[in-house]
Amino acid sequence: MSENNSSEIPETPETPETPGLTAPGFTSPYVEEVLSDEEAERRIRRMSRRSFLSGAVGVALAGAGWWWLKELQPGSQNARDLGDVAWPFRRSLELNDKLAQAYFRDSRPVPTFPRDQAREPRGNAEVVDSDDFDPDTWKLALVGLKDMSAATKTDEDDTPKVRLTIDAIKAFPKVDMTVQLKCIEGWADVVNWGGTRFRDFLLKYPPPTKSGKPIDLENGLDDLPEYVALVTPGGAYYVGIDMASAIHPQTLLCYEMNGEPLPLDHGAPLRLAIPVKYGIKNIQRIGTITYTDTRPADYWAERGYDYYAGH
Amino acid sequence: MKRLEKKHPLAIRWFHWINFPVLAIMIWSGLLIYWSNDVFRIGWGSHTLFHLFPDKFYHPGPEEKPLYTLDHKLAMGMAWHFLFMWAFFLNGLLYVLYTAISGEWRYLVPNRNTLKEAFQVLLHDLHLSKYHPPRRKFNGAQQIAYTSVILMGIGSLATGIAIYKPVQFAWVTALLGGYQWARWFHFWLTMGYVGFFGIHILQVLRAGWNNFRAMITGYEVVAAEEKPF
Repeated sequence: MSENNSSEIPETPETPETPGLTAPGFTSPYVEEVLSDEEAERRIRRMSRRSFLSGAVGVALAGAGWWWLKELQPGSQNARDLGDVAWPFRRSLELNDKLAQAYFRDSRPVPTFPRDQAREPRGNAEVVDSDDFDPDTWKLALVGLKDMSAATKTDEDDTPKVRLTIDAIKAFPKVDMTVQLKCIEGWADVVNWGGTRFRDFLLKYPPPTKSGKPIDLENGLDDLPEYVALVTPGGAYYVGIDMASAIHPQTLLCYEMNGEPLPLDHGAPLRLAIPVKYGIKNIQRIGTITYTDTRPADYWAERGYDYYAGH
Repeated sequence: MKRLEKKHPLAIRWFHWINFPVLAIMIWSGLLIYWSNDVFRIGWGSHTLFHLFPDKFYHPGPEEKPLYTLDHKLAMGMAWHFLFMWAFFLNGLLYVLYTAISGEWRYLVPNRNTLKEAFQVLLHDLHLSKYHPPRRKFNGAQQIAYTSVILMGIGSLATGIAIYKPVQFAWVTALLGGYQWARWFHFWLTMGYVGFFGIHILQVLRAGWNNFRAMITGYEVVAAEEKPF
């Protein structure tokens, strides 16, 4: 207790203005000062007024921020007009992506499962080119290779592309893995995928390097194109993959599922199995693969989703 | 005769009131994400007591003009969730650092008397006993609640990163029992916040205006003869 006793409590309401009445900290003269009921009431009222006022300003600011973000959020008319998620969301997604890419290591493998846990995954690919797809005449088209001398045009496609049959892809050592296919919706199914490592494929059909030297995957990826773009034959579905994820040892150009040839409704004759990404990046029925430094269009990123979508 | 007693430091009041809307946004955006694969339920075997959540929960009211809609907003939910996770993390981290450095943790972290006192408070609040332990800044029940909710926050961050980056943080996911278990824990921790919130509001209402006002002004009006905190 202070030296004050009850007889010394000022009866007059005009106590001097004390700065720092609501200042932070543990010590305050008011903690120990004995006050009359009225004085205590007067002081707490004054403090309440101030605090509630700053509280109201805080609530108003938060409300304004909320309203502003809501006007710009994915799915809003403004976002649709912009054709993208508004910048606060897109920036934060991209910042998250940068951090994720900086932390990403090839040496952290995707967890694998016993082969007998594999089953047919849920099919969720609603975006298809057309129903009259003929797997027998299909060829994989490549753009942006170092050596484009074998590029040809076709009746339907007048861009020169290197065109490979499925046998050229099956010529690589077959790799198989039993991993989860994780949908961005939340479910995850264990599947056994079989195919060619994209990494091996890239070394056989390499992109040009910036330095002009041969590709050296052990010494960083700065010398390679930044992205791989994959598009369905009719162009209805398309994804962009960062190079580090593309050359991850568990990224496959996949032609077998659970030990059987890949069925049509899971993307025959060739799909991407990339377990370091959500299902949306595991594009079915690949038509064209392009190496590029320009960030490729991505079907779901255009609809408000995270571009990276990686694990 | 009264005293004005400092109860909550300014920093803690800010952390508390910032956390309120931020956690609300995390729960709401989490629901937008959860909707697209809402698998959790209360039940046993094939018997389901309650499915989380019934369709009506996502769009209550008439079909053509629902009161609100939480369905078909996965991209929106993810965009909000992965922006405000930073606010949730940083605010929580600063709170923990502040309580650790300022010494405020002494009021909050349970000690050997906590369990007994919490039990006494529980019996009192359920009207099963007239005895209430002596007034302190935070009683045993509060110490357990406010410390648990911080541990839950850490749990949400850990389970969150186990879902968000299950390959780069595969060891966290594995510790939680795999990807689906990480989702399970993440979801039920969120339900835990909802439960915490409900009890918290009830207790604040019961404790009254003087107690609530202290979370805003920092001061509580107490009888002059009350022992300081």
